[in-house]
Amino acid sequence: MAKNMSKVKLEIKNLYKIFGVKDTSFVSKIRDGMSKQELLDKHNHVLGLNNINLSIPEQKVQVIMGLSGSGKSTLIRHVNRLIEPTSGELYVDGENVLEMSQSQLREFRRKSTSMVFQKFALLPHKTVSQNVAYGLTIQGVKEKLAKEQSHRWIDRVGLGGFEERYPAQLSGGMQQRVGLARALATDAPILLMDEAFSALDPLIRTDMQNILLELQEELHKTILFITHDLDEALRIGDNIAILRDGKVIQEGDPQEIIMNPADAYIKDFIKDINRSRVVELRSIINKKVKGSGPGLKLNMSVEDALPILNASKTKSFAVVDDKNKILGSVNLNSAIKALSRADESKVAERYK
Amino acid sequence: MDFWTEIPSLGRNDLRDLKKGIDASFRSFSRAYGPEIEAFFDPLYFFLVRLEKLLIAAPWPIILVVVGALAYLGSRSWKLALGSVLSFIIIGYFGMWKDMMATISLISVATVICIAIGIPIGILMSRYDRMQAAITPILDLMQTIPIFVYLLPVVMLLGIGRVPGLIAVIVYALPPIIRLTNLGIRLVDKEILEAADAFGSDYRQKLFSVQIPLALPNIFAGVNQTIMMALAMVVIASMIGVKGLGMPVLQSIQNQYLTLGLMNGLAIVALAIIFDRVSQRYGKRLQAHRYGKEHE
Repeated sequence: MAKNMSKVKLEIKNLYKIFGVKDTSFVSKIRDGMSKQELLDKHNHVLGLNNINLSIPEQKVQVIMGLSGSGKSTLIRHVNRLIEPTSGELYVDGENVLEMSQSQLREFRRKSTSMVFQKFALLPHKTVSQNVAYGLTIQGVKEKLAKEQSHRWIDRVGLGGFEERYPAQLSGGMQQRVGLARALATDAPILLMDEAFSALDPLIRTDMQNILLELQEELHKTILFITHDLDEALRIGDNIAILRDGKVIQEGDPQEIIMNPADAYIKDFIKDINRSRVVELRSIINKKVKGSGPGLKLNMSVEDALPILNASKTKSFAVVDDKNKILGSVNLNSAIKALSRADESKVAERYK
Repeated sequence: MDFWTEIPSLGRNDLRDLKKGIDASFRSFSRAYGPEIEAFFDPLYFFLVRLEKLLIAAPWPIILVVVGALAYLGSRSWKLALGSVLSFIIIGYFGMWKDMMATISLISVATVICIAIGIPIGILMSRYDRMQAAITPILDLMQTIPIFVYLLPVVMLLGIGRVPGLIAVIVYALPPIIRLTNLGIRLVDKEILEAADAFGSDYRQKLFSVQIPLALPNIFAGVNQTIMMALAMVVIASMIGVKGLGMPVLQSIQNQYLTLGLMNGLAIVALAIIFDRVSQRYGKRLQAHRYGKEHE
């Protein structure tokens, strides 16, 4: 599925992070196969990240997923060096972030990245307007201009009229809108979102996801999105990397991960998702048969396709791309198959 | 001599020589450098005397208006402003006006100096752990050492009078503002600091737009404590010749003048309450954002 491969914006190479006093001395041991547990038990050092390699394309949403303690928040903090790595390389637009001096790094943080935090991290003593303008103020933008800009972004996230309120006067969802507006206001091309919506309740979370997707359609940021919620990852991500014990265990197209989970851990991870809603026709397409009828789009979900397929149960329906070119076909049979979880042995066990 | 019943000690003669030696060298030091040290503190004297003279020379109604206005501006409470003016009138009515002005000028100068010295030291302590480790024991010493013990060398160096009194008050009242500035800055939410870093703030920007504003409630509690401790020192400072409400209290102890002691003592209490309430209200108003109506 090598669609239009865009330029790599952010490249992470052989990144290791070990927490402890003698961190650098253990990198080679980890490389030679020492386990996280052994490092902790015998040497009292914590393995944060283990040989991370990721290429994040420009203008795409890269989701990093994992349970708590998997190292995802540690990873995202390496991108703007809120955490220094133990070893490895990190390039943004080909420039090595790890070699930047303190002042270059500040400039990089001001202009190239911005961040949204799980617990919002707004400045409680500043108004919504001042909070959103914060990044601009730091850059030395004139107050009037910064205020104009901030009001524009406050409107964009739907908080018009709340400019002069303090964060404590807003609900969680509204506070995170402020957080998002603050991050967008600096116009940085890379947006780092650290479990940005995890602290919100489900309805508001969906709201925020919609806002983000809507904005992304227009802004085309390179987004690194951390989450522990698979539904959110599937909804937002162009690409997903799953992290466990500081290691990437599977990375790629979300469809690919669902259809071909790399190991038992990931299988377990994806077992509760609503497959009919998530699996798209492109994952079950039969390229050998052209099919007929009004073409179904590649990115249509199985759930949406089922009623159509059910109308004539044996027919192969054509599947088309954006330009209505027929790429293959699907039928009811293949759609139903896609809904079952691959692990048949466990099913048998359950009904013994 | 039995080892188990008597602790090993320096012989009586040696001990006397040691004390004498130190005393003598300190005395010669104070003789040699006394004038220079006094000259160094001259600006303080100038400042203090000017303020005292100004307060005493000013017509009393103007002082009352200023007191009322300051109390209102600080607390935004008519009750408190009125109470302050009334207390001043009563204190004046009972013949303690001049002494009160002297005390107020001492407290004001001491507080301003404590803030000017204390807040920067507190900031440094919050930035460097080593600084904190080095200064904390000094603060402990300043707060626990019996006042007379450091009063003595101050008097030997500077003689008796306003300036040594002022220095004694400052030594006693300085620790809380340093401690609470340090504490307040260290207690600022790590996530907010991380956000400030993530947007590329440098140290100054972080200090002035995030750390100090968020530490203000604590810093202000420190200012309040400093004022209170300075007031508590008024009587002791009068022992080395500081004029003010403390002097009559001292006299009343020496001569058993019950009423004189009580009146001046109550005047000090009244001042303390006014300073305390006004500064606390002001501190609370500084963080109005925290009391914003919470969203349900």
